Amino acid sequence: MLNVKELLEELKASPYEEIEVRTPHTGIVQFVGLNTGDRVLGPTGKWNEKPGTLLANLTREKNKKPICATQKGVVTDIASDFEGKFVEAGERLITIRHFLSKEEVIARILKKALHLFCAPERAKYYFVPEIDAKIKAGGEQSVKPREGMEMFIVSRMKRETPLAYSGPEGIIYAVYFQQGDNVDGGQPLIGVCQESQLSLIQDVVSRVQGEWEEQD
Amino acid sequence: MDIDKRTQQLAARLTYIRDIFGPRENSSVSLLKHRLEEFLTNASGYGMRELQLQVSRLEELFSLLEGKLESELCPMDRVRIVRHPQRISLKDILENVYDNYAEIGGQDEWSIDPGIIIARATIARRMGKKTVHQPVMVIGQEKGHGQEFRNGGSIKPWGNANALYYMRVAEVENIPIHTYVFTPGAYPVEDYPGAAQQIAKNLYVMAGLKVPVIAVFSEGGSGGAEAIALADKRLMLSHGYYSVISPEGAAAIEGGLKDKATPELIERCAERLKITAQDNLRLGFIDRIIQEPPLGARPEHYEFFRQLRREVIRATDEVVHSAQSLGPLRALAIRRQKRSADPQDIFVRWQLRQSARNTLVELRYTRFRAMSRTAFIDNRTLGIRLATGLARGLWRVHSLLRHDVLARYKRRTLSLLEQLEAELRALGQGVGGHFSWLGMGRTGVPPEALERLTTLSCPEEGACRIEDVWGYVSPKSKEDRTLTCPNTASHGCQDLWAPDLFGEFAGVCSHCGHHFPMEFQWYLYNVFDFAQAYEFNSALESANPLNYEGFGLKLDEAKRATGLGSSCITFETRLEGIATVVAMLVSPFRGGTVGAAEGEKLIRAAERARIKRMPFFMYSHGTAGIRIQEGTCGVIQMPRVTMAVRRYIDAGGLYLVLYDTNSYAGPVASFLGCSPYQFAVRSSNIGFAGPGVIRETTGVDVPPKYHRAFSALSRGHIQGIWDRRDLKKNLHQALLTMGGRNLYYR
Repeated sequence: MLNVKELLEELKASPYEEIEVRTPHTGIVQFVGLNTGDRVLGPTGKWNEKPGTLLANLTREKNKKPICATQKGVVTDIASDFEGKFVEAGERLITIRHFLSKEEVIARILKKALHLFCAPERAKYYFVPEIDAKIKAGGEQSVKPREGMEMFIVSRMKRETPLAYSGPEGIIYAVYFQQGDNVDGGQPLIGVCQESQLSLIQDVVSRVQGEWEEQD
Repeated sequence: MDIDKRTQQLAARLTYIRDIFGPRENSSVSLLKHRLEEFLTNASGYGMRELQLQVSRLEELFSLLEGKLESELCPMDRVRIVRHPQRISLKDILENVYDNYAEIGGQDEWSIDPGIIIARATIARRMGKKTVHQPVMVIGQEKGHGQEFRNGGSIKPWGNANALYYMRVAEVENIPIHTYVFTPGAYPVEDYPGAAQQIAKNLYVMAGLKVPVIAVFSEGGSGGAEAIALADKRLMLSHGYYSVISPEGAAAIEGGLKDKATPELIERCAERLKITAQDNLRLGFIDRIIQEPPLGARPEHYEFFRQLRREVIRATDEVVHSAQSLGPLRALAIRRQKRSADPQDIFVRWQLRQSARNTLVELRYTRFRAMSRTAFIDNRTLGIRLATGLARGLWRVHSLLRHDVLARYKRRTLSLLEQLEAELRALGQGVGGHFSWLGMGRTGVPPEALERLTTLSCPEEGACRIEDVWGYVSPKSKEDRTLTCPNTASHGCQDLWAPDLFGEFAGVCSHCGHHFPMEFQWYLYNVFDFAQAYEFNSALESANPLNYEGFGLKLDEAKRATGLGSSCITFETRLEGIATVVAMLVSPFRGGTVGAAEGEKLIRAAERARIKRMPFFMYSHGTAGIRIQEGTCGVIQMPRVTMAVRRYIDAGGLYLVLYDTNSYAGPVASFLGCSPYQFAVRSSNIGFAGPGVIRETTGVDVPPKYHRAFSALSRGHIQGIWDRRDLKKNLHQALLTMGGRNLYYR
């Protein structure tokens, strides 16, 4: 059985992720004057259209390419010996310590604690009428999915086919789709957890929401 | 009570004056402020008679100094006047100039675009004891005295589409159109139908509208103004402005787009752009100025509305008179009538006869054709000019004989022969084998044709891979370096070696198909066979008609760097054997901007194609819009060239447009966007305004791929996207399929 509390403690002990920026290919490295402890930004803008902070330039065949930060964080290590040198592909240039946000922590916990049942193809998804009525009357947790249980209707080009649940038995923790909207293949429809862990997960999530201190 | 009201009015007049003159120090404004404050401080101590006296004196002082301030107005002050919430608006004009009106394009905020008002109005005219109500269609932007939902008269594409619909209604009903231009510019969104595309459609339709159109300018902001202002008579209010770009926009470009321009630079730009009514009258882009009261007309100036009414009636009379002659007495009376006289005294019916409607369109074209003729340099010698004129005359005669006279008989003869042949074939097939000796039976496909259709064109050479296919190779291919495709992150493209990319690959990423920009020479030689082409009008060169400070040097630098006289190259060439007129806008010359020289060259190219009965192809290697340094000499090219193109299409020509790299603003919103057949080279961008300008004017960020050709294709602006390597083939195909029965000319 998954120990959610232990997972949270683990995340609290190291509330960050180390991102190693490596060279995509060979070339001569030129750093741009960043030092250890400097803060960098990931892609920004409404559509993430503005690239992150420039970390270094890599030149191969007179083609100078910028290497930018993919996440925000703090520079913890720079491989300064590579400055001006020719390096192979896959060499570590910079390490960025990226501090986890609340959303990222909750996503990690849920990823481990829940079984996600995903859409097999792009289509509109609906609950079968009995389950829909049950959810409306008693909430999402009133439904207990089990292997082979017919739960969804897949509607594509006005043709409707039933879809059965497959996965471990439990109760629905969260529904990730809006009925009638198109869902891409591979996107989660529902997250299922063991009944005994429901209150624990809810507790941990609310604690993260309230207590997790985000660091820039 | 009366004193209070008059004092309030004086305070409002002072606020208005201070709004107009902005932060600038002015002794007259300070004096007015001081005198009014003094009066308000001492007012409690005056008796009634003294109060009356003091207020009257103050009013006289205000009138006197307003007259003095009027002479001190600079162009930017005029911009502030037309943008002031107290400025007269279209609703005021409808209330005070017309005798009756009904809004038909929506009401207030319940309209598809509240920034535009469309109304059916009437003007009552006397004829003896009889009153005749003459209907007109009134269309214009409404700024709404501060009504937020009017969007300051900045019209969205669907607003302009609505205006266009009612212009067509007016044409059906044969009633004149009065348009009132109160816009700082069009709202630059690309949602269907697209700002540029809709303005282009408006211009195209207005170029051929068969009813009199009178335009009155108050605030004429570039493309937004042109969308309703292609008129037979263009009047302008004395305090209005008509410009290619707002002074703020010009200043932002002058000062580099990143920073906000300083007020001084904005004032300087307003001065240089020559935007006032006097400037535009001198340049010949408007016909008359309607004098406003000192410091601009406001809704309480009833005498001004009476004058405006006289002017629009007179203008409509004149347009009608120019298209269909009135009786000799009325014609004489109109000629002799003084400006101050009431034009209502002479009755003119505004409905045009059928023949006059065509004359009207012809006159409109002639009028616009004559504009901005001195705004470019014509380096041709007298001999060349005479020879060109003579050649044009001969070609006219040749085309008339060959295509109009002889072709008619040829068509009839061919039609008869075709009928006859079909009859004989039917005889051979349907009536049985009795007449098989005639040789008219089913013959089947000849063996040579069968072989040609079913085997590879060059079977012994494998997959038909042709090396060194390009006659012109980009100099960029001589560099020993690699380049990265911009789609690498999403498509995983490998780096490309420049000699491969700019040589054999023709600047196309071999993995994702992204098109890197190529020089215009690449197209000239690889697509249009320029070495064999005949270039014409190369002696027409761009000039600096407004003496825009510092522009002359920049122009000389552009001419030296590119070896061109303007951003437009026009030539005759053969595309797979089909003689074609091509006009090309090249990006390296001042960003491919269009000014008077480019406009003239494009018009002459369209005329040449019309006279010689050739298809007309316009290729935009890249255009940043209208050249702002030429001011209205640039913006007037939008209607001028669109009219020439319309004339060409109406005469039966095939007009094709191809966009490449980045094409924006005026040209797309007029002569490029009006073509029924528009295509784009892959990876090109098409739009009305760039992302920076959209953010600046609307406050909305646009997605990174907002202007991509595929977006334009999705909303129906363009009809297809072509690969650069297939351009020649696709062009030939387009000429064959869109050119109709006679290959390229109806």
